[in-house]
Amino acid sequence: MKDSLVKRIWLFYYEGFKSMTLGKTLWIIILIKLFIMFLILKPFFFKNELRSFSTTDEKAEHVINNLIEEN
Amino acid sequence: MLLASLLDLSRLQFALTAMFHWLFVPLTIGLGFIIAIMETYYVRTDNKFWKRTAKFWMKIFAINFAIGVATGIILEFQFGTNWSNYSWFVGDIFGAPLAIEGIFAFFLESTFFAIMFFGWNKVSKKAHLLSTWLVAFGTILSALWILIANAWMQYPIGMEFNPDTARNEMIDFWAIVTSPIALNKFIHTVTNCFVIASVVVIGISSWYLLRKREDEFARRSIRIASVFGLISLIIVIWSGDGSAYHVAKKQPMKLAAMEGMYRSQVGTPIVAFGILNPNKNISQLETDSLAYALEEPYLINISIPQGLSLLVDRKLNTFVPGIEDIIEGGYTYIDGDGNEQVAMPVRERMKKGKIALESLAMYKKAKEAGDEEGKEMALSLLKENYPHFGYGFIEKPTDIVPNVPITFYSFHIMVILGGFFILLFGLTIYLDRKELLTRFKWFHILAIVSIPLVYICTQAGWVVSEVGRQPWTIQDILTSNASLSGVSSSTVLTTVIMFFVLFSILLAAELTILFKVIKKGPGA
Repeated sequence: MKDSLVKRIWLFYYEGFKSMTLGKTLWIIILIKLFIMFLILKPFFFKNELRSFSTTDEKAEHVINNLIEEN
Repeated sequence: MLLASLLDLSRLQFALTAMFHWLFVPLTIGLGFIIAIMETYYVRTDNKFWKRTAKFWMKIFAINFAIGVATGIILEFQFGTNWSNYSWFVGDIFGAPLAIEGIFAFFLESTFFAIMFFGWNKVSKKAHLLSTWLVAFGTILSALWILIANAWMQYPIGMEFNPDTARNEMIDFWAIVTSPIALNKFIHTVTNCFVIASVVVIGISSWYLLRKREDEFARRSIRIASVFGLISLIIVIWSGDGSAYHVAKKQPMKLAAMEGMYRSQVGTPIVAFGILNPNKNISQLETDSLAYALEEPYLINISIPQGLSLLVDRKLNTFVPGIEDIIEGGYTYIDGDGNEQVAMPVRERMKKGKIALESLAMYKKAKEAGDEEGKEMALSLLKENYPHFGYGFIEKPTDIVPNVPITFYSFHIMVILGGFFILLFGLTIYLDRKELLTRFKWFHILAIVSIPLVYICTQAGWVVSEVGRQPWTIQDILTSNASLSGVSSSTVLTTVIMFFVLFSILLAAELTILFKVIKKGPGA
């Protein structure tokens, strides 16, 4: 009996990842990089300044004040 | 002083990240197409040689993609943290193209990426080939949306400023998408990526010829890359000419800096080769005008008479303004609608910019006081002066001049290297036709050395584009200074150092893996 489409897609990716050689090293590099980016850099060094304001009006006012004061 | 240092550090951080990101993107875009051409040969001829060849270059593609992927996201972190005024101010104009890029291009790319790498012998040859082509087109689709966003910053159109939200709101999506700057930038950048990949393929293949290995693989790879590269380079030059034309119309100060031209004349010459006088400093124009006037702009200047006029207006006697001309205004020029206009002095634009900013403040006050009449009056003034909004942040006229030496030398390095690559592709095609590719060691070494040169060339191009448009983040509308957030300099400095370390490690990892794979060769 022919496998379902979902199973065939799953097997396609599963076997593809399993048979990787160079790809495994590359995936490790990608995962380390994503870890550094999203779990170290983003939360500790790249807080979005405007996220500290809860409403759009507050954000707009903050930016308008910055622009006017910059003048 | 603190602000200057924060601005410089934030710029440095952004430049470092963008330049690092741009080490990987062009090879991914260009190599995708070269691989697709090779695989097309395989499908058409059923010759296993082409499959092996395409698979080898796919490995190089994968390494480059893996190291480079997601490094661009760091730029988006920076928008929110270091440039929050800017990212709020640009509103959905910047967000929409980036979102489209994420939704369409990235998913197209990543879906067919799996088939490209895992699909050999699992899907039909034609389906695999289609996936390879779709990955290639996916990469340029990503580039398209990013470049549209970048082009809008250089030539902001299709938007209206909303003083209630302090955002530029998109009113004409198609004007933004079909902006002449965007289309030209897209063609110029993508074909530039093709040139880079072609040089990389020729360089790596030449290494095999130098080592007397993989003769047929190397020669055939070189054949495809040299023809593809030369055709692409011709388009790069053509679109570069278009780019100069648009820069002259929309960003004349950038063009003046590219040429190191302080005072101009009717029938403006173009610098073919020049060395700038390091003592010529535009900031002296206001502080010590006599000392400034005594310094010549160039130490060496070999120029082509009337060349710049011809380049930017297709006429020999056009006046292309220099830096001082733009600051002083008063010259006539043809605007985007074909009408003759008299250039406004920068001081006049600064006054209008201040009025625009004051109108914004007045609007805010009137809104808080519930004064509808005051709001209308302020809005009318703001609209009238909005094209000069960014000039309100300028303290003195010379502040609108970008760093002339960086812009000038980057431009000329790019042009000189562009000329070198024409010779390289021409020579490669000639040697291939005469079946002499394997013979000359000097040619192999030249081709290998060309790999770093092509990266210097492309980075220089971006430096011209981005340094040359300073002090603007959005041309005439917002300065880099006004774009900044209230982040501390020490935090930015820390991340600059972290990025430098991280990027160096990633680059070292890429080169190590790359050299290992190249050493093993396509037969591995």
